Amino acid sequence: MAISNVAIAEVAPASAPHVVLGRKTAKKKRVIGVGGWILRIGLTVLFLFPILFMFVSSLKPDQQIFGDLSSIAAFLPIGNISMDNYAAVFDRVPAARFLVNSIGISAITVAAGILVNSLAAFALSRMRVRGKTIILTLIIATLIVPFETLALPLVWWVNQLPSFELTEFGFMFTKGWIDTYQVQIIPFVANAFSIYLFHQYFESIPKELDEAARMDGAGWFRIYRQVVMPLSGPAIATVAILTFLPAWNSYLWPLMVVQTEELRPVMVGVQYFFQLNVSWGEVMAYSTLITLPVVALFIAFQRSFVNSIASSGVKG
Amino acid sequence: MRHAKKRLIVASLLATSLVATMAGCASGGASGSDGKNGELTIWTHNGGNTEELAAVQAIVDGYNKSQSETTVKLQAFPQASYNDSVIAAAASGKLPCIVDIDGPNVPNWAWAKYLTPLDLSVDLDENLPSTLGIWNGETYSVGYYDVALAMFARKSVLAEHGIRVATIDEPWTQEEFGDALKALKADGTWKNPLDIGTGDVGEWYPYAYSPLLQSFGGDLINRDDFQSADGVLNGPEALEWAEWMQSLATEGYIATKSGADSALDFQNNVTAIQYGGSWAAANNAAALGDDLAVMPSVDLGEGTKIGGGSWQWGVTTGCANPEAAMDYLSYSLSPENIAAVAVATATIPATDAAAALVPGFEEGGNLAIFREFSANSAVLRPETPAYPFIATEFTKATQDIINGGDPQDTLDAAVAAIDANIKSNGGYTQK
Amino acid sequence: MTTTIERPPAVPAAGGPARPIRRKRDRTSKTENLAGLAMLTPAVLLLALFIFVPAILAFGLAFTNARLISPYPAVFVGLDNFVRLFADAAFFRALLNVAYFAVVVVPLQAGLALVMAILVNKKVRGTTFFRTVYFLPVVTSMVVVSLLWLFMYRQDGLINVIIDRVTFGLVTGPDWLNDTATSMPAIILMSVWQGVGFHMIIWLSGLQTIPADLYEAADLDGVTAWQRFRYITWPGLSATRSLILVTITIQALSLFTQISVMTQGGPLNSTTTVVYEAVESGFAQQETGYASAISLVFFVIVLLISVVQRFLSREKA
Repeated sequence: MAISNVAIAEVAPASAPHVVLGRKTAKKKRVIGVGGWILRIGLTVLFLFPILFMFVSSLKPDQQIFGDLSSIAAFLPIGNISMDNYAAVFDRVPAARFLVNSIGISAITVAAGILVNSLAAFALSRMRVRGKTIILTLIIATLIVPFETLALPLVWWVNQLPSFELTEFGFMFTKGWIDTYQVQIIPFVANAFSIYLFHQYFESIPKELDEAARMDGAGWFRIYRQVVMPLSGPAIATVAILTFLPAWNSYLWPLMVVQTEELRPVMVGVQYFFQLNVSWGEVMAYSTLITLPVVALFIAFQRSFVNSIASSGVKG
Repeated sequence: MRHAKKRLIVASLLATSLVATMAGCASGGASGSDGKNGELTIWTHNGGNTEELAAVQAIVDGYNKSQSETTVKLQAFPQASYNDSVIAAAASGKLPCIVDIDGPNVPNWAWAKYLTPLDLSVDLDENLPSTLGIWNGETYSVGYYDVALAMFARKSVLAEHGIRVATIDEPWTQEEFGDALKALKADGTWKNPLDIGTGDVGEWYPYAYSPLLQSFGGDLINRDDFQSADGVLNGPEALEWAEWMQSLATEGYIATKSGADSALDFQNNVTAIQYGGSWAAANNAAALGDDLAVMPSVDLGEGTKIGGGSWQWGVTTGCANPEAAMDYLSYSLSPENIAAVAVATATIPATDAAAALVPGFEEGGNLAIFREFSANSAVLRPETPAYPFIATEFTKATQDIINGGDPQDTLDAAVAAIDANIKSNGGYTQK
Repeated sequence: MTTTIERPPAVPAAGGPARPIRRKRDRTSKTENLAGLAMLTPAVLLLALFIFVPAILAFGLAFTNARLISPYPAVFVGLDNFVRLFADAAFFRALLNVAYFAVVVVPLQAGLALVMAILVNKKVRGTTFFRTVYFLPVVTSMVVVSLLWLFMYRQDGLINVIIDRVTFGLVTGPDWLNDTATSMPAIILMSVWQGVGFHMIIWLSGLQTIPADLYEAADLDGVTAWQRFRYITWPGLSATRSLILVTITIQALSLFTQISVMTQGGPLNSTTTVVYEAVESGFAQQETGYASAISLVFFVIVLLISVVQRFLSREKA
């Protein structure tokens, strides 16, 4: 499970050209170059057009979508263009509520995840805690277990957990986390891979820094907060993205544990469209709606996204 | 170091077991909180059905006006996710006092202790038997209406192809039906002349197709003791049914996945015969007028059979004020109320007194035929807590058969799964 | 195993060169130990609650008739669930489907991803644009991708229309998702489309580990492009290769979303998967005991794959 020592920043296209062209091979290189361009453009069509098709179809009534299929118009926003499908989505589906839920759940999971996992990693990296080797080993060991293997026993388990509920007489215990916000957040806060990433990163921050701070009388928490975390921007970004994507995209879990409409996130909202009389334009509008936030984030923080995904490959 | 490690592990284990114990304690009382402070909540499945929802809301409003002790509140869910919502609420002890429930699920919900036996001030003997949910000798639910299955066709189309209009006394036989489909298919007007609603997965499959199985002489489960499906769901009669269903698809008489709205397709002459529910009758009649023929289902050997049992009301075990809930239900069962809902939903009123108030259901009325269908040929789906499991297995098996799966193997697999489920649940005999 | 994140900037140690540190060892290490434990507790407790406990539960529940929600206590039923599982044709079909998926997807996705990685590793105009486009499906949710392709795979959908146009009406496309022969290939094609960008990035980081001077030396020797690939690139990617093999295999085993949205396992179980079967029995039918048995078998398979992969990569190292 090893990927060699590489800084993904180098993946950026700015990396130095490896190839020094010899004259003899120049012509051959050109042929390969042309083939490369054909491939590049072909692949662009392959990856871009379906997404374009989704977006364009979301602006058309069904009849026109099917009418346009056999020409390039399928990928162009021309003809009878309107936001009607979007209006219909908000009308038919509590889409706004789903969006708010997903944003809230993702944001809290990301924030809590950064805090909890970096604290643990800090202790494991910086402090002399008894038994930390075994703890770290145990944490790393959980990485090989895909979530799907645990999902079913976990559903049963969260249904046994107690939940507090405020009542007029103070609070009471109720049984089960099914159908709550917490069941969509708390199980995903602690993450072994995030701890691992933070740990690796903290190890690379010179320890002399905290020794110096300690000399100045700083406590451990202050070192964490004022010395280590401010230097850990890239690690925080990576963990944030790697926590955000599965939180936003989660489908299997909320499908099982959340039934009440007001608590559901965006992805399970698609179930609405499998009831009768589906209009494809509306389905495409809803799909576009729940994809745009992520694509916008991706374009804005492209490099961080790519770096995060690259580092998640280590997980195996 | 080693010592500390142990201590940490012990501490974690303690913390974990503490949470587990708390969970254990909490699981003892899954009591809900609805019914307190003079408030009562009702959940209903008809989130997408405005007519029915309005009719029920009218009853609720009437009740709230009639007395001052209890305020009843109605909450509607989309039908597709209604059952899952109830199960989730049951898990977290958040069930309301009164729930809407599909008839065949009553034994399961009673067995799972979601429902408490009814104790009403009205006489339920007046109700059509298929509008009552009875299990282990107790009545757990009551409905305002029942529905029926029928064959819809155009009289003109039937006449043109030399097909007679079937009647209650003389329904189509298997052979007659086969000839009719052959003639219609040969005409070439319809890609698939018959629509039996194969695109509508969910409860439609057992509701509509298990009566066909029963008409062949098979069944979903052996009803002597409800312990096994062996021999009835995979016996020779069931095999005959499966092969017949498959032939409908292979001959091109039905689509393996029908359109989104069977009634609409029928009205638009996309299909020639619709096998559908009585609730489609009004729209079909409006579209076709006198040309519409409403006929009983086919007699496949053991007489015509149709499904019985639709949506009903029950009171939950966690309700803090069951008396109020019973009082509301008793109020809601007046003939006027039942009639109002039946009119709104185009369904069969549960009592004679209510039927007398609904135009069309009087003697000789154009809807009276459905009451006759119900009275003559309704078969309840098996009254066992295993029903929800049987229903999903049956749905899957039927889909596989229609899609060309080996009939005997598919039925055997369904029987094995059903029997294993019943065995794993100790025969569903706990009380 | 080292991190792949950029290193922090070198920060000069405050307070000049490190001085010998004197402190009261005993007292500090005790508070240090306690503070450390306090920082570890939230994460450790949560991991214990939501990973270790469910894992142990999977073992325990698999031998009972536990139901998701039931007023009756679970009863120990021995190996009943496993007997039932190994007699369940749908489960074997699920294993077969997952294996089919893996066997096709591993070479297809890994191969295509490698080609793409090599393409975007070259410094040419617009590389950032191409990389962004190839990566776009990866950030698109699988649910959305499934909906989109569900639409395109219709009998009268985009893909069949294109097939019709390209072949001048000679070939009529199948009803992709409703035909047992084409349903799994259709799911595979879509999954590759969605996932290939991910593995492109993994290959890319592998490519970066190959020292540039190897290529320079090769170029001086005037080798062909194929030789460069065969003798430098390919051997240089051995660690990445086994990594990609494992991620794709586990991705195949965990196949669920596409199935749930597009085919619900059908037609005729031709697309059912291990996770789909587990969810159907453990959630839809509430048979937690049986679903735990499925999860346990799944777990064992994942473990075996990890062990085999470890063994293989150790041999090479």
